[in-house]
Amino acid sequence: MPKRTDIHKILIIGSGPIIISQACEFDYSGAQAVKALKEEGYEVVLINSNPATIMTDPELADRTYIEPITLEMVTKVIEKERPDALLPTLGGQTALNVAIKLAESGILDKYKVEMLAAKVDVIRKAEGREEFRAAMQAIGLKVPESAIVHTLEDAMVAGDAIGFPVIVRPSFTLGGTGGGVAYNRQELEALSSSGLDLSMTTEIMVERSLLGWKEFELEVMRDCKDNVVIICSIENMDAMGVHTGDSITVAPAQTLTDREYQEMRDAAIAIIREIGVETGGSNVQFAVNPQDGELMIIEMNPRVSRSSALASKATGFPIAKIAAKLAVGFTLDEIKNDITRETYASFEPTIDYCVVKIPRFTFEKFPEAEDVLSTAMKSVGETMAIGRTFKEAFQKAMRSLETGRAGFGADGKERLDHLELFELETGLRVPSSKRVSYLHEALMRGMTVERIYEMSQIDPWFLRNLEQIVALEQEIRLQDLPGMNREFLKQCKQYGFSDTQLAFLTGTSGNEVRALRKQLGVVPIYKLVDTCAAEFESYTPYYYSTYEQENEASRSDRKKVMILGGGPNRIGQGIEFDYCCVHAAFALAEIGVESIMVNSNPETVSTDYDTSDKLYFEPLTLEDVMNIIDLERPDGVIVQFGGQTPLNLAVALAEAGVPIIGTTPDSIDRAEDRKRFQQFLQKLNLRQPNNDTVYTLDEALSVAGQIGYPVVVRPSYVLGGRDMRIVYSEQGIREFMAKPGMADNKHPVLIDKFLEDAIEVDVDAICDGKKTIIGGIMEHIEEAGIHSGDSSCVLPPHTLSPQLIEEIKQATRAMAEELGVIGLMNVQYAVKDEDLYILEVNPRASRTVPFVSKATGVPLAKLATKVMMGMTLDQLGLTTEVSIKHWAVKEAVFPFDRFKNVDTLLGPEMKSTGEVMGIDDNLGLALAKAQLAAGVTLPVSGTVFLSVRDGDKEGILEAARQLVEMKFTLLATKGTASYLAQHGVPCDQVNKISEGRPHILDKLQDKQVAWVVNTSLGRRTTEDSYRIRRAALELRIPYTTTSSGAVSVVLAMQALRKSSLGVQPIQYFI
Amino acid sequence: MKALIALEDGTIFEGQSFTGRGEAIGEMVFNTSMSGYQEILTDPSYTGQIVTMTYPLIGNYGVNSEDMESAAVHPRAFLVREYNATPSNFRSEQTLAQFLKHYGVLGVEGFDTRALVRHIRTVGALKAIVSTEDLNKESLVARAKAWVGLVGQDMVQKVTCDQPYGWADNRPVPGTRFSTVQAGMSNPLKVVALDCGIKFNQLRIMTEKGCQVQVLPATTDADTILAMEPDGVFLSNGPGDPAGIPGVVEMVRALLGKTPIFGICLGHQILGLAYGGSTYKVKFGHRGGNQPVKDLATGHVEITSQNHGFAVDSDSLDKEVIEVTHINLNDGSLEGMRHRICPAFSVQYHPEHAPGPHDSLYLFDRFVAMMRSEKA
Repeated sequence: MPKRTDIHKILIIGSGPIIISQACEFDYSGAQAVKALKEEGYEVVLINSNPATIMTDPELADRTYIEPITLEMVTKVIEKERPDALLPTLGGQTALNVAIKLAESGILDKYKVEMLAAKVDVIRKAEGREEFRAAMQAIGLKVPESAIVHTLEDAMVAGDAIGFPVIVRPSFTLGGTGGGVAYNRQELEALSSSGLDLSMTTEIMVERSLLGWKEFELEVMRDCKDNVVIICSIENMDAMGVHTGDSITVAPAQTLTDREYQEMRDAAIAIIREIGVETGGSNVQFAVNPQDGELMIIEMNPRVSRSSALASKATGFPIAKIAAKLAVGFTLDEIKNDITRETYASFEPTIDYCVVKIPRFTFEKFPEAEDVLSTAMKSVGETMAIGRTFKEAFQKAMRSLETGRAGFGADGKERLDHLELFELETGLRVPSSKRVSYLHEALMRGMTVERIYEMSQIDPWFLRNLEQIVALEQEIRLQDLPGMNREFLKQCKQYGFSDTQLAFLTGTSGNEVRALRKQLGVVPIYKLVDTCAAEFESYTPYYYSTYEQENEASRSDRKKVMILGGGPNRIGQGIEFDYCCVHAAFALAEIGVESIMVNSNPETVSTDYDTSDKLYFEPLTLEDVMNIIDLERPDGVIVQFGGQTPLNLAVALAEAGVPIIGTTPDSIDRAEDRKRFQQFLQKLNLRQPNNDTVYTLDEALSVAGQIGYPVVVRPSYVLGGRDMRIVYSEQGIREFMAKPGMADNKHPVLIDKFLEDAIEVDVDAICDGKKTIIGGIMEHIEEAGIHSGDSSCVLPPHTLSPQLIEEIKQATRAMAEELGVIGLMNVQYAVKDEDLYILEVNPRASRTVPFVSKATGVPLAKLATKVMMGMTLDQLGLTTEVSIKHWAVKEAVFPFDRFKNVDTLLGPEMKSTGEVMGIDDNLGLALAKAQLAAGVTLPVSGTVFLSVRDGDKEGILEAARQLVEMKFTLLATKGTASYLAQHGVPCDQVNKISEGRPHILDKLQDKQVAWVVNTSLGRRTTEDSYRIRRAALELRIPYTTTSSGAVSVVLAMQALRKSSLGVQPIQYFI
Repeated sequence: MKALIALEDGTIFEGQSFTGRGEAIGEMVFNTSMSGYQEILTDPSYTGQIVTMTYPLIGNYGVNSEDMESAAVHPRAFLVREYNATPSNFRSEQTLAQFLKHYGVLGVEGFDTRALVRHIRTVGALKAIVSTEDLNKESLVARAKAWVGLVGQDMVQKVTCDQPYGWADNRPVPGTRFSTVQAGMSNPLKVVALDCGIKFNQLRIMTEKGCQVQVLPATTDADTILAMEPDGVFLSNGPGDPAGIPGVVEMVRALLGKTPIFGICLGHQILGLAYGGSTYKVKFGHRGGNQPVKDLATGHVEITSQNHGFAVDSDSLDKEVIEVTHINLNDGSLEGMRHRICPAFSVQYHPEHAPGPHDSLYLFDRFVAMMRSEKA
């Protein structure tokens, strides 16, 4: 059936900010869908609050609403745009949930909007626990014994009836939020009450635990003529009990006979039909009893998911793009397979390699959180690797993780040889982000596969392969590098050993290993990901490396530039950098230069095979990158767009003679090296907070004393403010320097004067070496000292004087030109008492580049790429700075609700996973939109609780007054209450927790408070205020932890009282 | 143990035997299924061939006694990228290496199988030799070249049963003239299955669908078959060139119109020749579990299991008499046909799967319905 002609305009809903369990993959799927529908001539309207996405690029959809994804706001978009149809299956759970609300509230009927791909009853049938269970039983499939309950009492009854341990799964939540394993009644009570609260429908399922069963997934697609195909099978290395997003997974399934695989395939097809997903992709999760093969259905996602992104990258089959085409009426046999060109999408990809995905965790950011994996997802990103064997792919994935590891052990890191046996066994039993290291240690000690299986429930097939890696490791240890023969070295590489590991094991250096490899001709070859195991010729240059015979990659004679991507998402390094890399590829295409992308993150747009001319899905280590460079010999390599990952390679690449284009590594060093940076600023007569570099505790104490407390301390070369602290006393310095690796005389520690209550300003600029254009000046809402990635900010600055803005511009230009920046530069300033301080200069793409580009309409990353290719800003027509009449506000989004026992206070260490943008002609409304998009619904009436530290009292006085004016009731703890009373602001007093009951926690639990403002000094949190913030988080009461943040929220509230929120497409603003 | 793989065009690969010493000569083909190596190995259609798996990790789930598609292993050698010696599956009874050794079939791993597959895709299926004994490249290539090959050869005689048998309790039971009865079956349809290299799953499925199956050697004549008064005749898959078995074709022509006929793979090609059409050797064949086939009557696409190196030339068929019912979506080749007058239909692919998707099981129902309606 050809495409439908009865619909013309289609609304696509995105997934909003990056959060745990909803990351770049929905930008990848949404961007593919927008492109696919535009290609077919439909008018596409998009709503997504996340400015760092490719899908919200103004030239992609016809109209792009960077607005909060709420029922109210999407309704307004529908009222304004009157689309014929809505495609809700490509924006994750966020889009699906809002689509259900739109249907239930009658909006879709009222405006005659048809839901494509999956109707609302279909979504309910798949997502509602009870409906799903009934549907499965109707088609003769088994689901774990369970009870669906709506009250705590019923949950306890169900737990007793089913028998512990049980799994708690809230309905309609994302990434298993609020779910978990309860081993006893006490744990069940805790999980049930939070789960009921989190579920959109106050519904949880208490389910028989299948801990230890094997877990599998199938990606399935269906068209409107009921053709169904399976795109990919995935087997989880971690057994049931660990969320699939937190599991190491492998494609295709490894331990199923064809009979068992086909049984699963039949089930998946029956399920998509029974649930009634009309068109598009779904994901079905299975559990298999390893003893007898009994098959149970765990769940089904009636939409494109994180696993579909992985399956797309693993097979080369573009699930999201095809799903979009199926949604408008095409059938699978009408859509060509891009890769083979000859064949159609109506087939099942077959692969001739092994794919391993390993999740990336950031427990180091949340030291209070327990590093234990369960059914609620905790990883913030993932990496994928392709190899011809599991061993090769697994080791490649390990070194792609950006955790400093060079593979599966054998690199001298995270050694566990000191562990007592019982500690080792605990590490094997309890799934955690570190379990891989425990597996390595157990194998090194000669523990049998059977014993390890007993404890870890990881299938022996995986353990045997890991055992083979360790056996070879032990053999390598006995070898002498110069004497190593070609066959043995090749075997090591086929087992995935990196040069770094080989160097470690033989006591040599990576360069020596590399030299020997080249001398012996042990170099990687590249094979294609082609969907068909070479049965057909393929045309898309999507490669992975391996150590075999035939090389399928060939160098073209075009001018070519390589772009190094950012690797797995983690806090501090996310979608913003992928956005920049993708724009670099687009810019190169515009000027006719071949783009070669290197990246290892399967969630991203950059690893889509049609983003660049060539894609190498490879780890971003020096070895792997150099291997590609040896083959491709690019005319230039871009390292300044992919964040810290490629930047860390810059010096070594330059030393190897690789042509790094744009700002020179020396200039980067001049900005990053403390001493050189100081001299640089002195030369330009610019000011920075007093600072010094120290190596020992004594030095640290003396320097801090000279500079004067408070000071900021941090190790040099950090990303996302890792280990950065604000220290108020000698005691703080002692604690900081006592941390491992700090006072070791090798790694410098930086000490800066901390400017209290200063305003922080971020500037993104572009420079062609001579001329500098300011892209955007952003004024932070939170004061200096809070990581810029965690601060909300306003563009253009809302409180800075014109003189100061001019001073900022001049300083930025002077620094860019002095550094000889070619490309992008980001500067962080602090303004205190009208004095301008330079905090940091980064001559590279910053996290705010996409935000600035969306706010101003100037595609900074693209322009910068062209500048790096030698064009001048004049040639590019960028001659004046854009000044905008509207307001754009960036707000950060945090994963605190994922981690128990973690404080929500902000500080110099970055903790946010994503961001949203609020854009409006009115500043207050832009602020309100940013809050709403970040998931905070600001109250319009009720009680506001205030408890602020002394230094903030003056700051919130005016806001408190305005709250009273807006008829809010104020509630405050003693100190704040008496301060307010002294200044004539009426306010009720409430006990602190330590002052006896009823205290503030009681009020919060009774939901008597509509907004919590609680500020506290960085590390010196009192137990009291921590419990207040944590309660607010868990009870989902809006909270603010800085006085400046509170002031901006009040500004937003005032604006909301005057006028309601409207929607405008980004194309209207720019 | 070092093993050399030599193709008739001089291409050499070096691998390692995982089954000890051995040597095999045959036609080099590849299969793209990611699972189902045991069913592939026991499929008689691979007689005379050397099979390379495109999926690199083989042996993972071992071998069991339930997934046998015949009583023996048929390819002459089995080539994989990495053999896994320690299977993990609750049904596994032995390792793949033990299984291959038991049947005296050479297994080789540790070379660039994808390079081999790309080579065959480009130049077509080639005569080949795999050896741990003769490691002289020139000699190997010369011997591969000298091998007679499959074209025009009667390979069916090597695999068809010596004695008739029936099917009961999921196993072959010797006996003729429908003497074997599956317990609990009422009013069964009597099907003669002509064994050109039959796969057990064809028998399992027909039995499940209420057929009493009598398996007969491919050399049985038409009168003998008709004398058994079957409700229908099933023509199985099998190895080699249909042009090499003119006797079987003649026999089938004699059955046309006298009893309902359902043919699969070689059975389909035999019908094509019996209809007066011609067959040809496909460049490198279709072998795998992901071939899309379109049912022209419904427009529905089924994902099919395939294993064939010869095919019926669609242009050679008299379309007045023969209707094309299915085509391959990838290359447009003929995948299914039916006689417009006589009750006969056939498909080039394997609706009995094993290994592969279950999408095409409806064809057995169609056969059952055809027999019932002819009977009525």
